[in-house]
Amino acid sequence: MNSELPEPRGVPVGRRVFLGTLGLGALGVLAAPTLQRGTEAFLGGAADLDPTGLTGLLPNGGGFRYYSVTSSVPRKDAKNYQLTVDGLVDRPATYTLADLRALPQTRMVLDVQCVTGWRVPGTPFEGVRLSQLLDAAGVRSSAGAVHFTCFDGAYTESLTLEQARRADVLVALRMQDKDIGHPHGGPVRLYVAPMYFYKSAKWLSGITVTENVEPGYWEERGYDIDAWVGRSNGRDDEPTT
Amino acid sequence: MSLRLDPPQVATRRQRFSVAERWAHRATAVLMGVCVLTAVFLYIPAFAQLVGRRALVVTAHQWAGVALPIPVLAALGSRALRADLGLLNRFGPHDRVWLRAVLRRDKRPSSRPAHKFNAGQKIYAAWTAGATLVMLGTGLMMWFTHLTPLTWRTSATFVHDWLALSLGIVLAGHVGMAMGDPEARRGMRTGSVTREWAEREHPLWWP
Repeated sequence: MNSELPEPRGVPVGRRVFLGTLGLGALGVLAAPTLQRGTEAFLGGAADLDPTGLTGLLPNGGGFRYYSVTSSVPRKDAKNYQLTVDGLVDRPATYTLADLRALPQTRMVLDVQCVTGWRVPGTPFEGVRLSQLLDAAGVRSSAGAVHFTCFDGAYTESLTLEQARRADVLVALRMQDKDIGHPHGGPVRLYVAPMYFYKSAKWLSGITVTENVEPGYWEERGYDIDAWVGRSNGRDDEPTT
Repeated sequence: MSLRLDPPQVATRRQRFSVAERWAHRATAVLMGVCVLTAVFLYIPAFAQLVGRRALVVTAHQWAGVALPIPVLAALGSRALRADLGLLNRFGPHDRVWLRAVLRRDKRPSSRPAHKFNAGQKIYAAWTAGATLVMLGTGLMMWFTHLTPLTWRTSATFVHDWLALSLGIVLAGHVGMAMGDPEARRGMRTGSVTREWAEREHPLWWP
């Protein structure tokens, strides 16, 4: 009753499909730079016409992606936000959101480049130059670096003092000409224009001047500390500044 | 009320999948599930905001991906699996008839002849096996970034992203078709299927 009819030995199409898929995958890796330019151009155009925003979910569909290293991040606003500046400084300080808004603001419009590959062209950032806060605090001569902490309770970043004093490093209050919202690291985030975006720590809450560079969260996990766009992390993206 | 007697049972069920095959399928499904779920948490902004914990989710995704081929490789020790792989590999004239019926949207069982596996299942098996290995290769290139030249990495990300989307759609089709066919699911769960089902879906296997 359970006699099984043998299936006639046919053509090994399965093996061809299997090997063909592997081959196409390898070919895809080789042809990716060309293909990627094509899809980016096409999806960039399509995204402008797409009211649903679904194209943003496609690979290289454009726009920012949300990354957080903790399970949840407290919300802070003008009422309870504070930024402290301490460490090797003569005048430690604490700034409220209103204090930061009262300082001279700098606006820059440059590309944002993430180390995972996505890039958002021409993004306006606006805020206080970090160098201004450092000068106001009076950095001691023994200092060599700046360490940043965040109110998500986990993320940290750092820059050398020389990098931190660049004119294109901001304590940013606005992005895309809007106050920075919570998902984008608001109300205050760091903006390090010439570096990969993981240097631009979200939810900034502390600036500590230190003697030496202390590696940040992703740098403990293998990312480069000096994260110049196009010259680090083994990537060759076009520089953002 | 009247008592109704069931007709006598005569070889109404037939073994379709061995224990090793069923466990390989289960383990692969769990690992693939972890890969897909963590991918959603990493990739879709709304879910990324909900879950966060990026380093942990990345680790889970990487290890589930690396482990994905292991259940099937381990089950290659089973004669039943090797026999089924042989059946999945070979395409006969009836498979061409089956594919043509699909293209014509001809749903009559009589116009869709199939042995133990129909042509769609054969193509699905071969393609997902290949696609999974491409995902593994490109995934390893993104994981161990110092092992490959730099331009390869961006390219690997590109292939990994688009293939993930394709694989997700194909997997949804696989799960969706199983949801619509309780007897096929029972075959994968218990190992055996009814005669009526086999005669309808796989007439050349149990005519």
